[in-house]
Amino acid sequence: MPDGADHGPTATPAPLPNVSLPLSYYPASAAIMSGTFTRPDPERLLRQVEAEEEHRQRGRLKVFLGYAGGVGKSFRMLDEGRRRRERGEDVVVGAVQANPAPEVEALLQCMEVIPLRTVDGVFVMDVDAILRRHPQVCLVDSLAYNNPLGSRNPRRWQDVEQLLEAGISVIATVNLQYIEEQQDKVERITGKRVTEGVPQSFLSTADEIEVVDAPPEMAMQRSGDGAESLESTGSREQQLSELREIALILAAEVVDHQLEAYLHRQGIDQIWSTHERILVWVTPLSDAAAMIASGRRNADRFRGELIAAYFSQPDLPPAEKAKLDENLACAHDAGAQIEVLDAEDHVDAVIRFARAHGITQIFVKRSAQESLWDRFLASPIDRLIQSAEGIDVRVFPQ
Amino acid sequence: MKEQSPHGRLKILLGYAAGVGKTFKMLDEAHELKRQGVDVVVGYFEPHGRKDTIAKSEGLEIIPRRGVPYRGSVFEEMDTDAVLRRHPQVCLVDELAHTNIPGSDRSKRWEDVQVLLDAGIHVLTTLNVQHLESLNDQVRDFSGVRVRETIPDWVVKQADEVVMVDLPPEALLNRLKRGVVYTPEKASQALQNFFKESTLVALREVALRQAAHEVDSRQAGQQAAEASRVLGSDGETSPSPAAQESTDRILIHITANPATAALIRRGRRVADFLRADCFAVFVHAEPDFRDLPAAQRQTVEKHLNFARNLRIETRLLQGKDTAKTIVEFAHVHGITHIFLLRPQRAAWSKIFGRNLHQQVVRLAPNMQVTIVADRRNNLGA
Repeated sequence: MPDGADHGPTATPAPLPNVSLPLSYYPASAAIMSGTFTRPDPERLLRQVEAEEEHRQRGRLKVFLGYAGGVGKSFRMLDEGRRRRERGEDVVVGAVQANPAPEVEALLQCMEVIPLRTVDGVFVMDVDAILRRHPQVCLVDSLAYNNPLGSRNPRRWQDVEQLLEAGISVIATVNLQYIEEQQDKVERITGKRVTEGVPQSFLSTADEIEVVDAPPEMAMQRSGDGAESLESTGSREQQLSELREIALILAAEVVDHQLEAYLHRQGIDQIWSTHERILVWVTPLSDAAAMIASGRRNADRFRGELIAAYFSQPDLPPAEKAKLDENLACAHDAGAQIEVLDAEDHVDAVIRFARAHGITQIFVKRSAQESLWDRFLASPIDRLIQSAEGIDVRVFPQ
Repeated sequence: MKEQSPHGRLKILLGYAAGVGKTFKMLDEAHELKRQGVDVVVGYFEPHGRKDTIAKSEGLEIIPRRGVPYRGSVFEEMDTDAVLRRHPQVCLVDELAHTNIPGSDRSKRWEDVQVLLDAGIHVLTTLNVQHLESLNDQVRDFSGVRVRETIPDWVVKQADEVVMVDLPPEALLNRLKRGVVYTPEKASQALQNFFKESTLVALREVALRQAAHEVDSRQAGQQAAEASRVLGSDGETSPSPAAQESTDRILIHITANPATAALIRRGRRVADFLRADCFAVFVHAEPDFRDLPAAQRQTVEKHLNFARNLRIETRLLQGKDTAKTIVEFAHVHGITHIFLLRPQRAAWSKIFGRNLHQQVVRLAPNMQVTIVADRRNNLGA
């Protein structure tokens, strides 16, 4: 299949859709108060209503995401189409894959199908016919498809974008391996790479993403993989498990963005701890390498986030400055997101940051020398522990 | 599903709320199995008065429920004995986290399921993520709801397969409004609690991550088995962190403080993700545990039992100095990581004498010490 980028004048890529997630199309307001539930002001409500109306004119995009062929995405899409039709919605099928499974075939029998057209002997979704027919909902199997030269758009997802702009809602399917940003990872696992792709940014404009999950066994049976030798079946199953995990986490991340946007919209300026977020507090006083390494490992195991925070202290003695830089380089190498904090009261600032960012664990290193005063008055770590309501504090040995 | 296996296989359909389609999918799979000639029965399913679900159960053999009289009414539970007598290949059991009515043979449905599995019957069941014990505090934090019916994480961990049943919250809310999920009265009640959109979005994320974790931990188990079979071959293909073996050993300090339950859940969850061994100890200064005041002893016993139910190895230690006793145990058992509860407010006012965690940190210079804050002041559990 030719790559879209090689196309002539007709192939100007459609501009990236300029819509945001349904939960976030209303921009975060300055009226957000910290950590409290506030009543939205009337101005805001008005803008929200306007945004919702603008949104309503555009079709809605729903995507069924699977981790491999054979998990049953096409069936789920068509089944939803059928149910919507039964509820009185005007549904057509815009594109289906060749050689559908019997149960998919059976569903197709009771649907209106807009036939594909051919360009130079290659099948392509008939966007013009769909636009003329203008249904409420159009089903598009596989968002990732490179249209042949001379098509309206080089990629099928751009066709879909046009349908959405025309106010037609689209229900579509996509496989993990076709999501461009995931293709390196997929290739590392399977050793294969497909030429078709959909940018993740397009997927994140979807109003709904639904994961179609199934055991690898089932995916292998249905996609006919099972015919291979036993040995390769084992490794195929392993690969499918890895892809499956990636797809679930990808969906979780999309959902997480929706949640954040939603909370903002509700005026809740606080991130919920739906997954582990580890904050490593880096200071100029001690070597943080072991603590950062542990943070990385824990974040990986939890499939969570790693954040390193430090305080801007312009007047540090050179030795301490060097130590801090070394620690930050280490955090950077570990892939931590680095945050600079600026406040008189460090403990208070760390707690406030942690609250606002849904931190679940704070990693700190115990100070090298403990003054006599620390024995009687609360040391910074003790004060941190004292105020870390609902957040674990993990103290690392010196 | 494999035949002739002495122990039944457990498959869990994991969701994040009522109405996402778990029961429907379970019944759907049962029909598919039946078509393939598998002997499948319904041990228990919860129709919730849903038309689609009830229609879907038609054509399947349903084992009649057992009536259990309780306080003047009769409640219906799964008739586990009847399922055992019937001994199908596969049994459907809805709502794994359900608590049986007092007077039933076992207090939890998952215990009934264990009995079926032990008898070599495969079980297909459903579960919502918020019922997982180790997520209890986290779920309460964002939903405001303390889930009472919980299931130990190991029950899910031992399942052969966990499959996510997904549905976007918007679609779920539409179902709810159309009256597909609950009766109108119950629906409006539900909208106030778990069915707030924000809560649903959060629960869905938690469920997706849990499903990914279940895939990951099964993979790790397989890789470990694989690695011990063929050593050294093909080492490049699995960069997954799942493959690495953990050397972590976690120790949880149990006290009579009611927040200990949250500490245990937290320690268990961290241990599960780090694939660490997990221990819990209670330290008493009295020569004998039985010398403790009755009320305190009962609370501690409750906590110890709770830990054991989550498959944490527990020990009673005798020692005048709590911190020293904990750290000595930790040294002997190669503990890398100690979990302590944050001291109660009153303890902070003490100017002289250290808090337990300060002493532990000082005595255990080569261990990580995690202090878990009790969240009792939040939302009033």
